[in-house]
Amino acid sequence: MSINRRTFLRRAGMLTALGLGGSFVINGAVEAAAEYEPSKKGLFPNAKHLAMVVDMSKFKTEDDFNRVIQSCVSIHNIPDFGKDDLKDEIKWIWSDDYEHTFSGGDNDYLTDDFKKLPFMVACNHCENPPCVKACPTGATFKRPDGIVDMDFHRCIGCRFCMGACPFGARSFNYRDPRPFIKKIDPDYPTRTPGVVEKCIFCVERLADGLMPACVEASKGGLIFGDLDDHTSEVWKIVSSKFTIRRKTELGTQPSVYYLVGGESHA
Amino acid sequence: MLEKALTGSKKYWAWIIFLLAVIAVGFMAYLRQFSYGLGLTGMSRDVSWGLYIAQFTFLVGVAASAVMLVTPYYLHDFKKFGKMVIFGEFLAVSAVIMCILFIFVDVGQPMRILNVLLYPQLHSVMFYDMCVLCGYLAINILVGWTSLAAERKGVHPPKWAHTLVYLSVPWAFSIHTVTAFLYSGLPGRHFWLTAIMAARFLASAFAAGPALLVILLLIVRKVSDFDPDPPGVGAIQSLVKIIRYAMIANVFFYICEVFTAFYSGIPDEMAAFKYVFVGLQGHHSLVPFMWTATFLAFLGIALLVLPTRRNKVLLPIALLSIFFANWIDKGVVLIIAGFVPNSFDRVTEYFPTSNEISIVLGVYAIGFLLLTILYKVAISVREEQAQ
Repeated sequence: MSINRRTFLRRAGMLTALGLGGSFVINGAVEAAAEYEPSKKGLFPNAKHLAMVVDMSKFKTEDDFNRVIQSCVSIHNIPDFGKDDLKDEIKWIWSDDYEHTFSGGDNDYLTDDFKKLPFMVACNHCENPPCVKACPTGATFKRPDGIVDMDFHRCIGCRFCMGACPFGARSFNYRDPRPFIKKIDPDYPTRTPGVVEKCIFCVERLADGLMPACVEASKGGLIFGDLDDHTSEVWKIVSSKFTIRRKTELGTQPSVYYLVGGESHA
Repeated sequence: MLEKALTGSKKYWAWIIFLLAVIAVGFMAYLRQFSYGLGLTGMSRDVSWGLYIAQFTFLVGVAASAVMLVTPYYLHDFKKFGKMVIFGEFLAVSAVIMCILFIFVDVGQPMRILNVLLYPQLHSVMFYDMCVLCGYLAINILVGWTSLAAERKGVHPPKWAHTLVYLSVPWAFSIHTVTAFLYSGLPGRHFWLTAIMAARFLASAFAAGPALLVILLLIVRKVSDFDPDPPGVGAIQSLVKIIRYAMIANVFFYICEVFTAFYSGIPDEMAAFKYVFVGLQGHHSLVPFMWTATFLAFLGIALLVLPTRRNKVLLPIALLSIFFANWIDKGVVLIIAGFVPNSFDRVTEYFPTSNEISIVLGVYAIGFLLLTILYKVAISVREEQAQ
């Protein structure tokens, strides 16, 4: 059946008047989205639960930590406002001591050597992420491979996710970060003031078939892989060695495991 | 009817100009914040919500409190409140508008705020909060305006307005319940993670909101020929009873929280309470506020329980005490202390900046301007009827 221009316009007008026109467009868009296939296969195309193991035995010197942190800072255009402006600080991966990282399990008899032991901390990419639940726009979302990702361009900066995150993993751009980036990496977007950001397990590198930058820089201190895959290194460690996670009592199921027994098997 | 707001005494215009001046200062401050970012506020990575969200939370309560007039009057045919209901509804309208503005000045990317509608997330409490607030605003504008217009013409308000009134009762409860859920559903924020948060919110709202309303009505009585509570009616004293019981319930709920935290002895439960009452890790900035609130709460309750509530001088003092006790508790302490200690068991303190305070005052001035205009219209209609 062929319709001429006039009939088409009249029918379209009727549909629009009925409020159907809008849904027509949306349905079309949803179908198109469902058909979308990423052009790159990436490093873990079928992963269900990407996770990280932090092997604390490999983090001995200050350089072990700094190397890892700098590898992230340099490729993600993270600004440095200096020591005088900690309130606006942006951090994706950083280190804190045992006492504060695993707060709540206070053992008064621990010596200061233990309490002050530095640990690597970042977003835990929880299986039940409270930040994703809180986000009113879907700017923070969970990918099928388990990574809690962010769309900086959709974020309205309400900071509900920062209230929801029990790990202090999120930073907000309280001011323009661009003048404070040491060297801008054109391969990754810089952020605008007023949006939240955090570690995203280097989704952009995974898509290119590369491991997260921190994993590469860690010389074996950070192990990354799919916990759903029982041949993976992370699964072997998590299933058979003694690991701890932050605040497991909250039920968010953090995907960052700390291997504290090291080589010697706990 | 709006034209009635365009005529008034010198004092009326002086008040309007004063409010406009405060709004202008606040607007300039907002422009500064808009161009620099929220770094101009005292908020930080650790205390990521401050005065703006605290005012929003407090004012949702003020808005919800209109139901304390609407329910007795419409549902229980409590005629005493007849002349006051409209003022409760108009107070709700300006309170909700202030709430929306406080959210607006708090977001980092205000130009993207409609993303909340464009990509609605049914698992986010904020989505529901937006829905109930907008609905409540619409209900109160429609009901308030049409019933005033009907009164002016000496006819009964249309039937649909009556239906909306019934809807407004559960709706009022919903706005403050959903607002409480914003906080009480977050894991890891122990100061907020409490099942009686919504109940506390409602109790404090039904004390603070009507307290503000009575203070406003006492002012209306002073500055106009219209008396919202003519001699012999005793509407204000009835409302005072509601305020008294709501405040007692609120203090009771608070004591329940303190008991649970300290008898169980769980460190996470106790930490924020310690921070606000005695200080934590050497940080005490909220301690004076919290003790002031405690003193004012008990003073207010005492003055309203004793026959002092009928005293012309002591009644406003009691109401102001209750209002400010709740404002400190909810409009300052609750939100800030929720972020203390932070996720790493450290204390970061928050001090609002002058720019931030200017914006807060600007938003309040917009609310009061709106309230003044709405009250002026309502009073003029009433004065006209009396003649």
